[in-house]
Amino acid sequence: MCLGIPGQIIEIVDQEKNLAKVAISGIKREVNITCIVDEDHPVDSCVGEWVLIHVGFAMSRIDEDEAKKTLELLHELGEAQSELDSMAREPVL
Amino acid sequence: MKYVDEFRDPVLAKSLVREINELVEAIEFTRQRPIQIMEFCGGHTHTIFRYGIEQLLPKCIELVHGPGCPVCVLPMGRVDDCVSLAQRPEVIMTTFGDAMRVPGSKKSLLQAKADGADVRMVYSPLDALRLAHQNKNREVIFFALGFETTMPSTALTVLQAEADGVDNFSLFCNHITTVPIMNALLETPGMQLDGFVAPGHVSMVVGEKPFHFVAEKYKKPIVITGFEPLDILQSIWLVIKQIAEQRAEVENQYARVVASSGNLPALEAMDRVFELREFFEWRGLGTIEHSGIKIQNDYARFDAERKFPVPNVKIADPKSCQCGDVLKGVIKPWQCKVFAGSCTPETPMGALMVSSEGACAAYYNFGSLPELMALKLARQNQEALP
Ligand code: SF4
Repeated sequence: MCLGIPGQIIEIVDQEKNLAKVAISGIKREVNITCIVDEDHPVDSCVGEWVLIHVGFAMSRIDEDEAKKTLELLHELGEAQSELDSMAREPVL
Repeated sequence: MKYVDEFRDPVLAKSLVREINELVEAIEFTRQRPIQIMEFCGGHTHTIFRYGIEQLLPKCIELVHGPGCPVCVLPMGRVDDCVSLAQRPEVIMTTFGDAMRVPGSKKSLLQAKADGADVRMVYSPLDALRLAHQNKNREVIFFALGFETTMPSTALTVLQAEADGVDNFSLFCNHITTVPIMNALLETPGMQLDGFVAPGHVSMVVGEKPFHFVAEKYKKPIVITGFEPLDILQSIWLVIKQIAEQRAEVENQYARVVASSGNLPALEAMDRVFELREFFEWRGLGTIEHSGIKIQNDYARFDAERKFPVPNVKIADPKSCQCGDVLKGVIKPWQCKVFAGSCTPETPMGALMVSSEGACAAYYNFGSLPELMALKLARQNQEALP
């Protein structure tokens, strides 16, 4: 919950609601990007960028190298899989 | 140095360890007592144990594992309140996986679910909002918890619910805030912390400024830190360097993610939706002024505590639990009487066993064997006494 997980923004889903689709280790998921857009970084410009995602919200821009390292760390800590599983899950259990 | 080769840059790790060793030589007070550094965040605790960072450090440095694991510090009464909300027939209770296992006085949310309550695990509060859209005739409550790292996500979800005109979505808000608890720890009598490794992702939201009081008022070094083992080692070096040079400053080791002013859109959303509670209770630590977060009046219709009667249960922690002493650094996890006996990650008695970020679970999973063996022997000897 607190470590977050890196992903790459691959498309904007909803301009108005700041929703984008990200790819995270092969999983695709919609996330909210409100916290990383401002005048200098309009929604459109975010496609292709790497971000750190916390519970469905992109919280920080990171570079690709940092994203890779963070993902490795999460795997080593044994946290990547549970995070990915919960991301992939639909909330209708 | 049995773990150093696992670091991404073993050469740098070795040189940091060497420099730390040299620096502590010059710190006079280590002859009387150890240097205590608190890593506040549960994520850091996990990394420290996984990579055996404590074993790399000179004996005179003690790491105190702080209260920064939000599920660990949630008081049992709040879990009971949440279970009571979840048991209402119209309610769909939603929360993160970790939160489902926190023990209440009677049951956890997971057990409530087994007993028939409609409790669903979600990845994001936005998923809970989506459920509210899909289930117009039910009330979807999101059991919100966490420090500033997760606060923006719930605030933005409430703002989205407002924009969507949704009226069957609310929060059971248990967010807690970092600074008052640090303050309370620093004010604890007998507490001898010499410096802090500050939480990276809380700082990513709030920026550097809220931590200045630690350096200015309490004259303790504090370093905002990333989650790689190397980050933590480097921050410990920075803290030790400040102590050796008799400085106390806020330093930002994690500048690649943490902007000094924090995340403005996140802070803005939090400011709109939330305000401080007068008091909030922490498991093991008691009641701390202005440490909890509630929903502002303007958004009262998204507040489960105002929409529904909440029993407001107060439950004292079991007597044998020593979570508070562990959190304050007074004892090490394995010194708690029930550690590894009646309290294990499978059957947690105390909150610090619940999540992999809790100090006790981290010790249980990764603690150094000699310590655990010594503990076992000491117990056996004790039991052998007449
Ligand atoms: S062993 Fe259990 S009861 Fe004791 S401090 Fe740790 S979590 Fe709390």
